[in-house]
Amino acid sequence: MAELTLIEGVTLALARAMEEDPAVVILGEDVGVNGGVFRATAGLQQRFGDERVLDTPLAEVMIAGMSVGMAAQGMKPVAEAQFCGFTMPMVDQIMCHAGRMRNRTRGRLSCPMVLRFPSGGGIHAPEHHSESPEALFAHMPGIRVVIPSSPSRAYGLLLAAIRDPDPVIFMEPKRIYRWQREEVVDDGEDLPLDVCFTLRDGSDITLVTWGAMIKETLAAADALEKEGVSTEVIDVATISPLDLDTIVESVGRTGRCVIVQEAPRHCGVASEIAAGLADAGIWGLLAPVKRVCGYDTVMPLYRNELKYMPSVRRILDAASQVLEVS
Amino acid sequence: MARTVAAFKVDHFQFLDPDGKLIDEQKSPSLARDFDRLIELYRRMVLTRVFDKKAVALQRTGKLGTYASCLGHEAAHVAIGSAMQPEDCFAPMYREYGVQFCRGVKMTDVLLYWGGDERGSNYAGAPHDFAWSVPIATQCLHAAGAALAYKLRGEKRVAVSVVGDGGSSKGDFLEAINAGSAWKLPLILVIVNNQWAISVPRSKQNSAATLAQKGIAGGLPSIQVDGNDLIACLWAMEKAIAAARDGHGSFVIEMMTYRISDHTTADDARRYRPNDEVEEAWRKEPIARLRSYLTDQGAWDEEREQALLEDCARKVQKAADDYIDTVTNDPQPVTAMFDYMFAELPHDLAEQRACAERFPEDGGHH
Repeated sequence: MAELTLIEGVTLALARAMEEDPAVVILGEDVGVNGGVFRATAGLQQRFGDERVLDTPLAEVMIAGMSVGMAAQGMKPVAEAQFCGFTMPMVDQIMCHAGRMRNRTRGRLSCPMVLRFPSGGGIHAPEHHSESPEALFAHMPGIRVVIPSSPSRAYGLLLAAIRDPDPVIFMEPKRIYRWQREEVVDDGEDLPLDVCFTLRDGSDITLVTWGAMIKETLAAADALEKEGVSTEVIDVATISPLDLDTIVESVGRTGRCVIVQEAPRHCGVASEIAAGLADAGIWGLLAPVKRVCGYDTVMPLYRNELKYMPSVRRILDAASQVLEVS
Repeated sequence: MARTVAAFKVDHFQFLDPDGKLIDEQKSPSLARDFDRLIELYRRMVLTRVFDKKAVALQRTGKLGTYASCLGHEAAHVAIGSAMQPEDCFAPMYREYGVQFCRGVKMTDVLLYWGGDERGSNYAGAPHDFAWSVPIATQCLHAAGAALAYKLRGEKRVAVSVVGDGGSSKGDFLEAINAGSAWKLPLILVIVNNQWAISVPRSKQNSAATLAQKGIAGGLPSIQVDGNDLIACLWAMEKAIAAARDGHGSFVIEMMTYRISDHTTADDARRYRPNDEVEEAWRKEPIARLRSYLTDQGAWDEEREQALLEDCARKVQKAADDYIDTVTNDPQPVTAMFDYMFAELPHDLAEQRACAERFPEDGGHH
């Protein structure tokens, strides 16, 4: 058993999927010889050859559109967009074709493709490299949106995404690519794409988050525990379809909830979760549900990016407001 | 001091002139003498036109939604479809019925689609072909992806896509050219240049002398043909497909034709284009041209023409009746919108499906 980082979990899942299914093909910019700008595909072209790991011309629409075409003709393309900001030209192909292929042909054709890309801020990257567009993709019918937050979940969720018969957007929180090491067993076991993961059990408050914000949220949970607040932490992991049941059940017990997301607040996933909690009618709710989010501004250049993203202190501030209500 | 590092030319091919005369008997392909084949293709062209007229009539009488006519494109479309093998793959835009009928798509499929029923894209007769692509030029990349899939699997299959003169301005088309060039894909990109992108004429797309040269810029052999000359269209398609199948990469063919119809039934082209241009297009249209040729050669006559028109009218009426019967007596239930969203319905959609089931007849003011 190996202690791996999150990005090594990604690489391990890619290798496993390629080994077990010859239809799996990786394509993207710099994914071959270079192994990806973050090294997610390191060593894969050497191992599987340049007909399974394809360096593409520099054309994002092409990567998405050809993945749709390949997927509809029996391949399982795993496309990489180099950064979240470069997925925007792909939106046409993802929304207008990938998510509709099965429905509009009444199941005659399908689109079992994965589009994976590093997302989120916090690594001092240039402009257009630090956004968190999960709500944009989660709004598209026919698309699954998955964000791992640990090495083993990266492995299990990516395997599931590649094996899934429908299109999956797999967003990799690059700020925590190498944050922690964890034992990852390369046993080919995937994880379900429709459940949240409860990382810590607690009885006083529920913190809900996903992606790289897991780091600040767990730190906030540590601080709360020190204060004697029993804190439950939920990693949403699969944004679409959203497992509201797990969150509702937790908040039903704790009566208090703070949702943490790095993306802008307006029309975000946190809002969807808050609306789901309202809709569920939690009679034991003890306090308002709070969202701690990125601001509804342009993601600032790197000198200010950490101030944009929810901090441990902002999470604790929201938690204390929620806990003060009795 | 400059030296020429690359030089290009674009050839235009035409064998039948607008009057249906062979321009040069000696230099015409042998196809020009294969009257059995030409008659079969002529029949397809006429069937396509009779169908098209019926579809417009159905829309005008409120029995069909907005419909995109293919009037004037019959030679280009039938040539593309009949040059392909069943195992090849077609990625259409939205008016290539002449191609699709050759591929096994049914007339009722077309009517169902424009009649607002998803079952129209479930082609039993062309199981791996892509469905109509309304977002312009996006289909070019699906064909490129299909071609890459076939190449990677070592299958001798060719993918063909069609784009219009307007669509040739889009990045998807140019990126497909680039992909075909980078990977030597078995891919044929056909620009059916019908001179109009709704109300915008070809001259406003760009100032390039031809659209075929965009393929050359990307490294692909590219030619232009008279898109109203079935013989030229078919000759070009067969040559390109054979070469692509043999591993010689991708090709661009620009077929020069004219959109005699409105853009769709929701459009009125009289608002933006002069009538004399349309009259000129009627003088060059592909069906009369081929009929003149076949008649001059003694391969066709008025009696056969009348029999063909009656046969086409019968087939088209049957398709229209089947379409009306399906949407009237076998409509898709409200749950149909959920059932093909995913291979397995996620829990949240299952919940919404159950909601829809409670209001099966609702809509609008109900």
